[in-house]
Formats: sequence, C-alpha cells, structure tokens
Amino acid sequence: MYLNQFLLLSAALFAIGVYGVLARRNGVLVLMSIELILNAVNINLVSFAAFRDSISGEVFALFVIAVAAAEVGVGLAMILLLYRNRRNIDLTEIDLMKG
Amino acid sequence: MMTELFIFAESASQSGLPLGITSGGAWLLRNAWLIPLIPALSFLGILFFGKRMPRKGAELGIAAVGIAFVLAVLTGLAWLDHRDNYHGEETHLAVVTVEHHGEISHDEHHDDSHDEHAASGHSESGHHAAHSSLAVSNTVTWFQTNGVDISVGVLVDGLSVMMLFVVTLVSLLVHIYSTDYVGGDRRYTHYFAFLSLFSASMLTLVISENTLQLLVAWELVGVCSFALIGHWWEEKPNSDAALKAFLTNRVGDMGLLVGVTILFFAVGSVLPDTFGSFSIAATNTVANNGLLSHTALLVAATCLMAAVMSKSGQFFLHTWLPDAMAGPTPVSALIHAATMVVAGVFMIARLYGVFFEGLSIGGSSINLMALVGGITTLVGASLAFVQRDIKKVLAYSTISQLGYMVLALGVGAWTAAVFHLFTHAFFKACLFLGSGSVAHAVHSFDMKSDMGGMRKAMPHTYRTFIIGSIALAGLPPLAGFWSKDEILAGTGGWGLFGGTGGNGSYTLMLVMGMITAALTAAYMTRCVYLTFFGEFRGHGDVHESGPRIVVPLWILAGLAIVAGLFNLPKGFQLVPDSFQERFGHYVEPVAGYFPTISHATPSWSLAIISTLVVIGGASAAWWYYFVKVEAASKASGKSLTELPNGPTTTYPLAKIIHNILDKKYYLDHLYTGIIAGGTKGPLARMAYRFNQQVIDGTVDRVGETAVKSGQFVYDKIDQLVVDGAVNTSGRLSSEAGGELRKIQSGKVQSYAAILFAAATVLAGILIVIV
Repeated sequence: MYLNQFLLLSAALFAIGVYGVLARRNGVLVLMSIELILNAVNINLVSFAAFRDSISGEVFALFVIAVAAAEVGVGLAMILLLYRNRRNIDLTEIDLMKG
Repeated sequence: MMTELFIFAESASQSGLPLGITSGGAWLLRNAWLIPLIPALSFLGILFFGKRMPRKGAELGIAAVGIAFVLAVLTGLAWLDHRDNYHGEETHLAVVTVEHHGEISHDEHHDDSHDEHAASGHSESGHHAAHSSLAVSNTVTWFQTNGVDISVGVLVDGLSVMMLFVVTLVSLLVHIYSTDYVGGDRRYTHYFAFLSLFSASMLTLVISENTLQLLVAWELVGVCSFALIGHWWEEKPNSDAALKAFLTNRVGDMGLLVGVTILFFAVGSVLPDTFGSFSIAATNTVANNGLLSHTALLVAATCLMAAVMSKSGQFFLHTWLPDAMAGPTPVSALIHAATMVVAGVFMIARLYGVFFEGLSIGGSSINLMALVGGITTLVGASLAFVQRDIKKVLAYSTISQLGYMVLALGVGAWTAAVFHLFTHAFFKACLFLGSGSVAHAVHSFDMKSDMGGMRKAMPHTYRTFIIGSIALAGLPPLAGFWSKDEILAGTGGWGLFGGTGGNGSYTLMLVMGMITAALTAAYMTRCVYLTFFGEFRGHGDVHESGPRIVVPLWILAGLAIVAGLFNLPKGFQLVPDSFQERFGHYVEPVAGYFPTISHATPSWSLAIISTLVVIGGASAAWWYYFVKVEAASKASGKSLTELPNGPTTTYPLAKIIHNILDKKYYLDHLYTGIIAGGTKGPLARMAYRFNQQVIDGTVDRVGETAVKSGQFVYDKIDQLVVDGAVNTSGRLSSEAGGELRKIQSGKVQSYAAILFAAATVLAGILIVIV
C-alpha cells in the first residue's frame, strides 16, 4: 500500500464534492457534497496519520466528523425551513441577498 | 544567581509525606462505591421500566435505597473495627520542594537542606504518632492526559461513613414517606427516579476521593434539586423557585470550579512528574505541611467559600433556600434540610487542611468562614420569626443551623460541626416531615390561616414535632443540645470560667451562637403554638396521617432523642470514659490529610448558661403566645395568631424591625431590584445625565469654536482641495462598486465558485513558492 493511493482517492472524492457543491441545484445534494469534501479531508488526515505513526491526525479526523455532524444538522434544518416557506429547495432561486 | 534545588522530602523509613490513608482495609471499605451504584442503577431502572411496575417504580427505589442503607450500616461497622485495629501500610506522597538559594549550590549544601526540610515537614504535626485510623482509599484511573492521572475512587473515613449512614437512612425514610405523600401524583414515577438519582449523586459526593469527582457529584445534586423543586412546574412560582435555586447555585459553583482549579495546579507544583492533582488527601496533606503558598490557599479557600455560601445557604446567597420550599415536602426534608444543603459543610470538612491553613483558623479571633457562619445563623434565626408558612420557618431555621455548622468549622471545632450536621439531619428531617404531615391533612402550609389546634387531631405528628423542636432548640438531653453546646465550647471564647482550649478566642462567634440559641427556642415555640395550639382555623375534617408517614416520623424523633448521646463531652463526669467522645473518636481523622487542630475543653458553666439562654428564649415566646395570645383569643372568641394590639402596632421600632424581617432584609430586592435593575435602570440614567451634561457641554463648546474655524477652513481648503479629492474617490468607488455588484449575485453557488477559485489560486501560489 502506498500513500499516494489514498491521496488519489481523497483527491478524487474532493473533486467530486467540489463539482457537487458548484453544479447541483438541489440543496440536500449540495450538503451531501460538502460531506464528501470533508470526508476527503478525513481520508487525508487518517492516511497521513497512519503513514507517520502518529495518532493526532486520527484524533483530528474524529473532531472533523463531530463538527460535520453538527454542520449537517444545521444545514438540513435550514433546508427544511426553506422548503416549508417556498416549497422548493433549488439553490439558484434563492437570491434575496443580491446586491 | 538563583538556583533551584529539587529535594525529595523523606521521612525516616519511607520517602514522602504520610497521607493518613491506606490502600488496604476491609473489602466493604474498599468497595464503598457499591453504595452509590445501587441507587444509580435504580434510577435507570425506574426511568425505563418504572411506569410498567405494579407500584410505578416506587418499590424499586425503596429496595435500592434499602440495600444501600444496609450496606452503609455494614460499612460503618467495618469502619468501627478498622479505626482502631488496622495496622497496615500507610500511603506516602513523594513531593518536590523548590528552594531558592542565593548562591550556586554544592553537594553538601544539598544534603543540609535535605535534612532540614525533612525535619521541618514533620516536626509539629506528629504524623508518626498514630498509624491506626488510616482512611481507606481505592482509586482507578478514569483517564490520562499529558501525564496527569485523573482518577475516580473512594476515600472512606469516619466522615464519609457517617455521611453514608445519614444520607441512606434519611433517603430511605423519605422514600417510604413519599409513597403516601405524593401518592397518585401525575409524575409519581419521575419523582422516584429523581430521588434515586439524588441519592446516588449525594452518596458519590460523600465518598469522593478527589475534588473533580466531588465537583461532578456537586453539580448532579444541584440538578436533582432543580428538578425536584420544580416537580410541580405547571405553577409559575414553583418553576421560578427551581430556576432561582439553580441560578443562585451557579454563582457559587463558579467559585468551586475556580477553587478546584487553583488547588489542582497548586498541588501539582510540589509533586514530581506531574503538573496537577485533584486528590483530596494529597491536597490536604501538602497544605498541612506548609508546602503551598498562603496566598494560593487563601484565594482557593475564598473561592470555595463562595460555593459553600450558595450550596449551604449561607448569607448572602441563601435566598434560594426558602423559595426551594416550593418542592414537595419530603424533598425539602431530604435535600433542603438533611443532605444536599450540608454538601457545603461537608466540603469544608473534607478539604479542612486547605481552609484551616488558608483562612488561618488556628490562633485567630475572626476569619471569613466564622463570620459568614455567624451572620448566617443570626439572619436565618431572625427571619424565621416572621414567616407564616410553616415550611419557610423550617427553611430559615435550616439556614440558621447551617450557619452554626459553618461557624463551628470557622472556629476550628471540626468535630462539633460534623456532629451538629449529624444530629441536625435527624431532627430537621423529622420537623420537615412533620410539617408535611400537617400540611397533608389541612392542604396548606399557612400556619396562620389554616392550622392551629392540631395536637388533638394529629397526636403522633404533634409528639414527634415537639421532640424535633426541643432537639432543635437545644434543651438537654436531646440531640441538638450536645452538638450546639460543643460548638459554643469550641469557639474558645468562654475564657471567663475556664472552659477554653479551642483554636483561638472567637468571643464574637460565641455571642452570635448564644443569641441564635435564644432566637431558635423562641421561633420554634411560636411555630409550635401556631400549628398545634389554639383553635383550628382551617376547614374540613382533619385526621392523623397513615403509617407510612407516622413511622418515619417516629424513627427520626427517636434518633433526635438519642443521637446526642453518641458524642458526650470529654470529661463528662456522669458516664464512664468509654462513652465519651465516641463520635469524635471514630469520625475525626487523626493525621496526614487532616490538620492539627486543638480541641476545646467542655465546661459545665457554659452548658448551664446556654441552657438558661434557651429556656429564656422559649419562655419569652411562651409567655407571648401561650399566655397573652391565648388569653386574647379566649376574650375575643376567635383563634388569634398575634395580639390585636401587639408590639408591632404599639411600638414604631418593633414595626420597623418587623418590616425589615418581613422583607427578608431586602435581599431579594437587592438582587432583582437593585443589582439586576440597577445595572440597567439607574446606572443607565446616570450615564445618560453624565452624557448630556458633561460630555455634551464640552462637545457643545468645542463645537462652537470648531464651527468658526470650520467656516474658514471650509471656504478655503474644503471646497477646493478636499472636495475635489473626495468626489473623485467617490466616483471611483461607485464605479468599482458597480462592477463588483455583479459578483454579489446572492446565489450561494457562485460564491462557492469564487471561494474554490481563490483557494485554487492560493494553493497554486503555495506550491510555486514553497
């Protein structure tokens, strides 16, 4: 097993995530893509930690997972409220903050 | 040049300071953690399965506390044997002392100070004298962080064994009483679940081996207190009272947190290989041996005092305790009289090394703790006079008695304070349960409008209440007399007749204690008259409560009679030596983690005079209520509660005093009106006035001058130079804004695109540069 295999996987996951965040119109899918990005980061952290025989990367990944859970909770709540108010979660139509 | 010498203090045989604890001992003592575990399991059991049980979970709670009580009694018996007969290995604590020398040290020098230090560490405290009476300590590591072992465990000595007994006994009786008192309640199961959780938390608190564990248990009992005060939260005053109790306690809990943290690092500074320790035994031992700076101990003790003031209802954070009477009466008896509110007193007793050194209790004549206790005891006793709610009389009485205990600890009378805690738990729980029994019958707590003449209808409640009252007032030979008298003797202020030998001469505290003794006897006489004598003023048919209420009352009343005999004073000529000071012998630690305190000599003259003071207070109240008010009642044909033309209507001074007491020394007004309101109301107005007059005045004058000079500047410089520049920049920013406005689309994904683009660019730069 080489480190670069993990990094490639992580990079691929990250790219998929970025694509999802930028291109999908559905709010829930955007949130899922953000999760993909975070997990790409986690893979990086864990693989470097395993590579360097240090536990701190793994601990950090645990923190990332916890924060991601909280973030998704807030995000889903916002999308739920959007849906209740507009019957629609298309992100391209939400532009009240337009300058 | 300053050089640091690290010296390991050594005793003759083993290295380190003797802690006064051992890791051996009987199985029951080492495994005292089973006692809190049982109610904890019962809490979970009741929570999940309680509603499906035939008696809605009450039977599980009672069984658990019953088993805990049996275990506590067995543990107590094991301790009685262990106290005198255990000769095992004593645990020693390796410490590092840092000494500063003015010169570079040599090896001989090193050895010299080594010996000096070993000598100074042990010279006065007599650690080698008694190797029996070692507390049993059994710990496991909870978690490790950065070389610090955070452990949980048990520290079992006389104090914790005594507390285990008191908590489990009162809790068991309250459980039984509650099955009748809150029978049919809509949250019956939850009530018992919280009683179990409370018992578990309180039992954890009293066997805590370290301050962190103590802190956790301390907060847990606070939560249970909150939940049980607000048991009937549908009524606004009840939920307000629960919130008030919780928030007032938070104020003090901050003190506990800070104090514990200070001690953690202070102790860590003298231990090798670690930077902190929560261990209670280690903390006390290093404090006793003078290894910690006095300032650190003073600050820590003061912070911890804040916690005591809130939890144990000391003046001026006591205001939550009377309001806490909104909870069910058995809860008041268990939590707000016998156990939780004494947690503060227990904490002082537990960390006595810290307080004794930090507040310089020995050899002084006044200190923070004694003063707080003294004021509290007076404030509580005086406020108990004007209450018409029977539970509030008892609540203020509890505050007053807690003040007594803190006062006793403040003057160095450790055993007296702990003994008073012991006796007070029984007679005050008896009084509270008695008041609940009366209230259960008349459906009210108001003595003036709904009680009176209850002695005929409720003979058992009446008799037990009288016993409790006499014990509280402190007439011999009931429990309160012995403990109160020991406290008064312990002040060391009775130099007049030879009864001295305390830790200082706290004459002021003796006077405060005496006044309180008289007041206590008087307000209890008033309370007994209003409740049990005169004619019945309430409605309906009143009858005695059932056996589940009466039996606990009689058990507690019995203990209120005999509990005082456990600690007959030393040198008491009427009994053989082997009956004297039994409680002190088994409960007071001897060495190691306990400071060297001196004990007061009891004196006959003080005992007789304090008894006369009590009789004086009781007779004054008796004359007013049983003679004058009774006669006036007969004359008017109504059952009166005060004289129609009593002192408050006749004498203006009495009226003023009554008003002040009625308003509880205006403390609630102070907190909500002045402190809370003051910060937003008057302070804001004052700031506004200051703003208007001082600042505005200055500004106006500056303004006038500025206008004149400004006119000149405006014509010449502003219009030509500045305006030109400003207009240009304005036009520029307007145009730039117009361009940038297109980016501000309001669409979250375009922002994300910019974000990722920027991140990519930054990453690119990073790669190129690094």
